[in-house]
Amino acid sequence: MDDHHQLINGVAGRNPETNKITALIVDDNMVNQTIHHRLLHSLGIENQVVGNGKEAIDVHCSGKIFDLILMDLDMPVMNGIEATRKLRAMGIRNTIVGVSSRSVNEHIQEFVEAGLDDYQEKPLTISKLLSILRKVRNQAEL
Amino acid sequence: MDRNNLQRQVAQIRRSLIEQEFLDEQQFVQLEDLQDDANPNFVEEIVTLFYTDSTRLFHNIEEALTTRPIDFTKLESYMHQFRGSTSSIGAIKVKRECTQFKEFCLAENIDGCIRAFQKVRQEHETLRIQLETYFQLRRQAGLART
Repeated sequence: MDDHHQLINGVAGRNPETNKITALIVDDNMVNQTIHHRLLHSLGIENQVVGNGKEAIDVHCSGKIFDLILMDLDMPVMNGIEATRKLRAMGIRNTIVGVSSRSVNEHIQEFVEAGLDDYQEKPLTISKLLSILRKVRNQAEL
Repeated sequence: MDRNNLQRQVAQIRRSLIEQEFLDEQQFVQLEDLQDDANPNFVEEIVTLFYTDSTRLFHNIEEALTTRPIDFTKLESYMHQFRGSTSSIGAIKVKRECTQFKEFCLAENIDGCIRAFQKVRQEHETLRIQLETYFQLRRQAGLART
């Protein structure tokens, strides 16, 4: 089994019906939504897309749980910082990774302090995603 | 023109787009790698989505540039959104001009913003024409599914 498959199949908390890792993409940008959806799909990760932080909260309130949340920072209605804080306050402990093209440290610091497990600068790549999946796996093993 | 010749032309245009820094090779290759039998035209679809979305963002920026008083925070936010898209498709020259615009926003220099936005639009349009030629030729060469 190659490294990619080892990483993906070795993660606990998978969808019991399909045996796949699940992810939620939270991003208001349609181009990024489409690319990230396709990137995750290419790695065998079942994923859903929402357009802002409030929709991310709502989907969790509906009872859905995800192994991984890719959270954009700048979004209308509710941004990534507020959404991350709210999810953590709701008791969501799964991996939340902040993704943004912001490079100013103060924005990133506040985002991390809201409860991120990791932060990756956009654009997302396969190698960044694999690094994220390692974190998902490590978290599942704890 | 026979198929082999067309395919050679397609490869040439692609190489030129990368060498002239219209497109970032790593990002573009990643998009190409996401194409498969189920999604054979993914790159063209993403580029089409990018240009459709650009229309909306440009409209917002134009409106913000003509509204008084100028809301530089809003302007910067719109350009940040657009810059995110350019980064995702690897549009290097367009992204560069977006960064210039952002700097004028931070300096609250409206004339600079207006000039920088013109450059963003120019690079955006130049890339569109180049990519349109590329995708058209790709279709003719039988590399794209219709």
